[in-house]
Amino acid sequence: MSILIDENTKMIVQGFTGKIGSFHAQEMMEYGSNLVGGVTPGKGGSTHLGLPVFNTVKDAVRETGAEASILFVPPSFAADSAMEAADAGIKVCVAITDGIPAHDMIRVKRYMRRYTKSEKMTMIGPNCAGIISPGKAMMGIMPGHIYKKGNVGIVGRSGTLGYEAASQMKALDIGVSTSVGIGGDPINGSSFRDILSRFEEDPDTDVILMIGEIGGPQEVDAGNFAKENMKKPVVAYIAGLTAPKGRVMGHAGAIVSAYGESAVEKVELLKECGVTISKNPSVIGETIKSVLS
Amino acid sequence: MDIHEYQAKKILSDFGIGIPKGGIAYSPENAEYKAKEIGGSKWVVKAQVHSGARGKAGGIIICNDALEVAQATDKLLGKKLVTNQTGPAGKIINRVYIEEASDIEKELYLGLVFDRGSECIMVVASTEGGMSVEEISSEKPETIIRSKIEVAVGMQEFQAREIAFSLGIEPELVSRTADVIRNCYRVFSELDATMVEINPLVITKDKHVFALDCKMSFDNNALFRRNEVSELRDKSQENSSEVYASDRGLNYVGLDGNIGNIINGAGLAMASMDMIKLAGGEPANFLDVGGGATPEKIVKAFKLVSSDEKVKVILVNIFAGINRCDWIAEGIVQALDQIKIDMPLVIRLAGTNVEKGNQILRDSKINYIEALSLEDAANKAVAALKDVESN
Repeated sequence: MSILIDENTKMIVQGFTGKIGSFHAQEMMEYGSNLVGGVTPGKGGSTHLGLPVFNTVKDAVRETGAEASILFVPPSFAADSAMEAADAGIKVCVAITDGIPAHDMIRVKRYMRRYTKSEKMTMIGPNCAGIISPGKAMMGIMPGHIYKKGNVGIVGRSGTLGYEAASQMKALDIGVSTSVGIGGDPINGSSFRDILSRFEEDPDTDVILMIGEIGGPQEVDAGNFAKENMKKPVVAYIAGLTAPKGRVMGHAGAIVSAYGESAVEKVELLKECGVTISKNPSVIGETIKSVLS
Repeated sequence: MDIHEYQAKKILSDFGIGIPKGGIAYSPENAEYKAKEIGGSKWVVKAQVHSGARGKAGGIIICNDALEVAQATDKLLGKKLVTNQTGPAGKIINRVYIEEASDIEKELYLGLVFDRGSECIMVVASTEGGMSVEEISSEKPETIIRSKIEVAVGMQEFQAREIAFSLGIEPELVSRTADVIRNCYRVFSELDATMVEINPLVITKDKHVFALDCKMSFDNNALFRRNEVSELRDKSQENSSEVYASDRGLNYVGLDGNIGNIINGAGLAMASMDMIKLAGGEPANFLDVGGGATPEKIVKAFKLVSSDEKVKVILVNIFAGINRCDWIAEGIVQALDQIKIDMPLVIRLAGTNVEKGNQILRDSKINYIEALSLEDAANKAVAALKDVESN
């Protein structure tokens, strides 16, 4: 098992025929993902990369039975595309797009409240690397070969720091059940807590690595959730020890504005929740190894 | 993106919020003329810089005649104002705002921000206007009123009214104060703001409700649809390296240390800086060249980092995912052909084709120190710094 996606998940790409969408669609297919088509408004009826192109997500879902979608749509249109996916019955939607206005993301989340729990779409991102269930499927922009299949679940905000952790783990022969990038924006589709709860229920995940950073309440919120609701061990690393208060460190959400949002404070609060802390980013793999044994 | 007080007040006024009479001035003569135009017998000359706490730093001067206004303007213009928010370098005063002085009866605090926990817009208010919100939180936390606004339906009249009553506003002024609060909410939601703060919001002795000082910040990601906000950007208030970087698609934040960084990805950049700190060094900057890390961006990054006089060592840490390390290595070699770096350079590559990448660097004529892991890179950068400092 794995969470969110596996080799059977039928996926579509929104923004399919663009340069970036095409490139990553190909990478995903080469990895073995079950891509069944794509959406580009106005290009419906044509074929791209050997797959059908549709004008709307509803058409794509009706014709292909797609359950998941990945967005390579420019920031100004991305919120609209996410809502279109939600309304078409897509179950998992990954938004890679960096630069979506915060007000738009709030609107997306409010829009999705109209659906009942069972029909509600899970949104991952925006501004993220996507999801990979190693050996099964990839719905994202990560280099698939750095992930070994295994029993550690990864959830993190950053792309390259997540790759760093996965390759440290691979070097120590530790594998990954699923890796989920929730993205670096202040308002995101799924939180650390949402993903932790999925890993807790996944029989193939034994340990969870949470890669957080400065800014916002989500890491500590997830720590409290782990303390109260989880049996599986959680290992965490929080980036941004040297970040000055009030400055945005690359990710729109990486800004310390209140108590509990700095790296030092988050680490202290997570320790109180019983989370194992990787003391620096170079020993993430080793820390997981010691928790696994 | 931050804007000046006078720009924020113009927006407030456009949204129907009362502000004292005032005008901008670029010279002492201009200021004197403005003061006469505004009328009255008492004025405040306010330095326009992107910072709060200007009063304590000497950036706000009360004047009793038009000549004093000219003198105060002369004293401020062209100077750098150093407040507890600007850092030691301060910020240049290129213009002053001349405002009629108000007879204040009551000073209030009103702020609107995103609440990331509830994903709502949060209104924060207090009876203790004039103090910073941090000071209010630590000294008078019991005076703070918070109200969450559901963005799907916007702020309701009762919510604004409740806040106004909680602030102890006298009944005949409640509806006017509630209007100010609702109009602030409109500014926040209609202009893609991330922060709107009126501090203080004052009730004058003649029963006006005025925004005496105002700060606003806007979502950079939404500027593509907010020309009216974009045009308010004042680059003179930003760090020149940060302006250079943002104009070239690089994400840069200047810091106080002396180890320069060139890294791909915001998370990896923060992690590398953490490693430098743990190894006993201090980073000179945060710099994310983006997941792509194209040769062009690497050239620009080297130019930017090496132009910082504080930098004594440069650390490059690139994790090649979809890109390959051999391609990144060629980019670094090309970059260093175009630009001369006469300080120690530590390079760590990781990811796809790392061996090939390192071989390209070894075979080139670049003078550098090879690092194999994140920890190794930080240790070698700090060791190189010690060598430089001991020579």
